[in-house]
Order: sequence, then C-alpha cells, then structure tokens
Amino acid sequence: MTSRRVLDDADIRRAIRRIAHEVIERNRGADDVVILGIPTRGVPLATRLAAALSDIEGTPTPVGSIDIGLHRDDLDRRPRVALGPTYVPEPLDHKTVVLVDDVLYTGRTVRAALDALADLGRPDRVQLAVLVDRGHRELPIRPDFVGKNLPTAPGERVTVRLRDVDDDEGVWIEDDR
Amino acid sequence: MRTLLGTEDLDRSALDGLLDDAETFLEVLERPIPKVPALRGRTVATMFFEPSTRTRLSFERAAKALSADTLSFSPGTSSLSKGESLKDTVQTIAAMGADLMVVRHRAVGAPARVAEWTGLPVVNGGDGAHQHPTQALLDALTIRRARGTVEGLRIGIVGDIAHSRVARSDVFAFATLGAEVTLIAPRTLLPVDLTGWPCDVSTDLDAVLGDLDVVYLLRVQTERGGASVFPSLREYLRRFGLTRERFARLRPDTVVLHPGPMNRGVEIEAAVADDPRALVLDQVTNGVAARMAVLFQLLGGADA
Repeated sequence: MTSRRVLDDADIRRAIRRIAHEVIERNRGADDVVILGIPTRGVPLATRLAAALSDIEGTPTPVGSIDIGLHRDDLDRRPRVALGPTYVPEPLDHKTVVLVDDVLYTGRTVRAALDALADLGRPDRVQLAVLVDRGHRELPIRPDFVGKNLPTAPGERVTVRLRDVDDDEGVWIEDDR
Repeated sequence: MRTLLGTEDLDRSALDGLLDDAETFLEVLERPIPKVPALRGRTVATMFFEPSTRTRLSFERAAKALSADTLSFSPGTSSLSKGESLKDTVQTIAAMGADLMVVRHRAVGAPARVAEWTGLPVVNGGDGAHQHPTQALLDALTIRRARGTVEGLRIGIVGDIAHSRVARSDVFAFATLGAEVTLIAPRTLLPVDLTGWPCDVSTDLDAVLGDLDVVYLLRVQTERGGASVFPSLREYLRRFGLTRERFARLRPDTVVLHPGPMNRGVEIEAAVADDPRALVLDQVTNGVAARMAVLFQLLGGADA
C-alpha cells in the first residue's frame, strides 16, 4: 500500500480560513449563516469554520451537526451504521445553512443530508463546504466552497485525519495496489 | 441480532448501543417532521394474541416514524375464532410480505416458535409471565435520562413479581447495566424459584424504601390472579402500595416508574401518580424511541 500526504495541518488551517472569507463574501456577512457538520469529521470542521467566521465577523456563528445515518440510500446494502448526533442550534427557517463535510465523492452523503435537512426546517438557501473534492460524482451535486480539489482514481482512498477525533492531522491519498 | 426474545440475551454493549440509538430517536421524535426514511419499504407485523393497547400502538408508532409499513393482527377479529392455528396464522402473514414480527402471546416461548416457523426477525412483545424486553429497554432509558446513568443505582421492583414478565425483563436488564436490584413483595407474590436472578429479595417495603434511587411499581394483575393472594386491595396499598406517606420518605431525587396501566389507589396513591417524579408518561414517550431502536437494529442493515 502506498500513502501520500497531500495536506498538512497548516494547509487545513489556511483552507478553513479561506473558506470562511468566501462564505462571508458570498453571503455579504455571516449574520444569517448556520453551520451544520456531517458526522464524523464534518463536525469538527464545522466547529472550526464557525470559529473562523466568528473571529472575522466579531459575532458568534451558530454551529450544529446533521447525521445522515437514517437517510442513506444504501441502508439495506451495508452493515448497520452507528448513528451520529443531530443538533440544530437554532430554527433554520430563513437562514443560510452551510453543510460541512470532509470529503466530497459520489455526492450520496450530501443527497442524504439534504433530505435530512428538509425534516428539520426550511432554510432560505443551502450551501456546501468540503475540505476535499475528489471527483467521481454519481449525482448532480456540486460544492460551493472547496478546500482542495484532488483528482483521484476510483481505486484510491482519501483519508482525512483531524486532531479532534484522530491522533494526527492531514489528508492522505492511499492506494491498495 | 436476529431476534429480541428476552433481556438475558443482551450484554452490556448491546444494551448501551440500543439505549444510545433510542436517545437519537427521541431527538427525531421532537423534530418538526418526526419521521425518517430508514425503514422505507419494510413491513412490520404486530401479532398480538393477547389484548394490548399501548404496546401495540407504541410499536406501530415506532415503525411508522421509521417509514416502515405496518400490518396489524388482533385475535378478536381474526380467523383464530375459526380455529386457525398459531403456526398457520403467522405463516400466512409472513407470506403476505412481512419483514419482521412483533409477537405477544400468553404462552411462554411463543415468539421463539414464531421465529422458527417464519424465519423472520421476531421481537417479543410479551410472552406469558416470561419476558417483555422492550418494556425493560424503555424503563432503562427512562432511568438513564432521569438519573444520568443506570450504573450503581439501587432499584426496587415492588409488587406482583410472580405474574410479571416486566419484572423478569427489568431485573436482567438493570443488573447488566450495573444497578443493584431488589425485589420487594410478599412471599406469595414472589416466584417459587429465583435461581439465577441477579437481585436481592425483601418482603418489607418500609425497611428498604429510604435506600432506593428508583421505585418500580408493578401493576396488581387482577386478570392473572394477582389479587387473590391478598385479603383486599386496600390491604395491598397499606403494605406494598406507594402512599403519599411513603413517597414523602423517599430521597428527593428518587424517581417512580410504573409500566401502566396504573391501578390508582391499589399499588400507587393517586396524588403520587400525578407527581412530577412519577415518570409514567416519560416511559410512554421513551417506549416509542426504544422500539424504534430495536426495529432499526433488526431491520436497518444488510446483515438484518
């Protein structure tokens, strides 16, 4: 197996900082923005993005999580998944929700998150921020904010590790060949 | 996990996993749209050969909140009255396309037989005086939410232990979760053989009352002969009922549970039943979430 590190902790820090500026630019501030992370690693990324927004704007940005374990389209094709937390910090109606995940791949996770979101409220708009976009979409879904575009082959694996949940920090491309 | 027949089968990690999932489902039930698509396209059959309102409705609510379809069987309106056997009945419903059966039957072991006959995942919804595992799960969930944990708590189960499937399921679940359980009943309402039950026994409620973190009151089951061993229901209240006077002697953070339906004035005085520390309605709400956790565990994956 080969493993190649493509982002280190400083790269991740800069990517989140840049995405925060882009979110503010796109939405003319962050007043109506609610950040929701998709478990597992979308949650610490969402927390960091919200902290960066608060830091830039000087006002706190609400942050929560949205689990997709009950909305997957392949529940009957894979072993039971552990359920993650769903926490909505404030009513989502008339807000701009920024969904946060670590890796954007087929788009099925985001599809499930959009379904889950529809049961939680009706935000005015939903945007998607990902640390890594590795391509190979199977659904008509695209990100609004990307930390790094990472062209990959389908056989390769993209691994994100974050200090909040792992003992290391960075993004790796791994190949089993 | 293919079936849920009793709480003896559940180890600590299985119980913790179901309770964690149930907490997630409690959050789902509080959403503006309290429904998730997790079991879309699955069919849950509730086969209740004994009368039940709350348990059957609770299972059906749980199935529907997971987007499963439900088939409901009750004996009064069925071909059982034409003499159809249990085996033929459940195989017929299985052939209609049920993916899971919830079975309540007066005969001990009936749910296990239904699992053999149909090859389907089966949840025991109460068999005779044997087991009622989802009741134990919702009880454990209620205690965990009220007290933060079940571990290390002193739980007294009071009343008609001999005729109670709830008591048996609760004892094993609470003990596995690390509680100290005491059965409190007159000799005549205790099972003849308590070998293997992980609990203590007392015949004097007043002697242990002040030590308890949880008082679990069982219903006096007049339909199962539970009242006949007592001279009168008033006498039962005097010795084993939770009166206002006894309630006042409980620790301030002690909570009271009851599986319902309550006999007010028999095992619990009406004023106590209405106290905020009597968690009877929380138990009902938690029951839906606990049953969602069980249905999702049995049907929510490729290995199901």
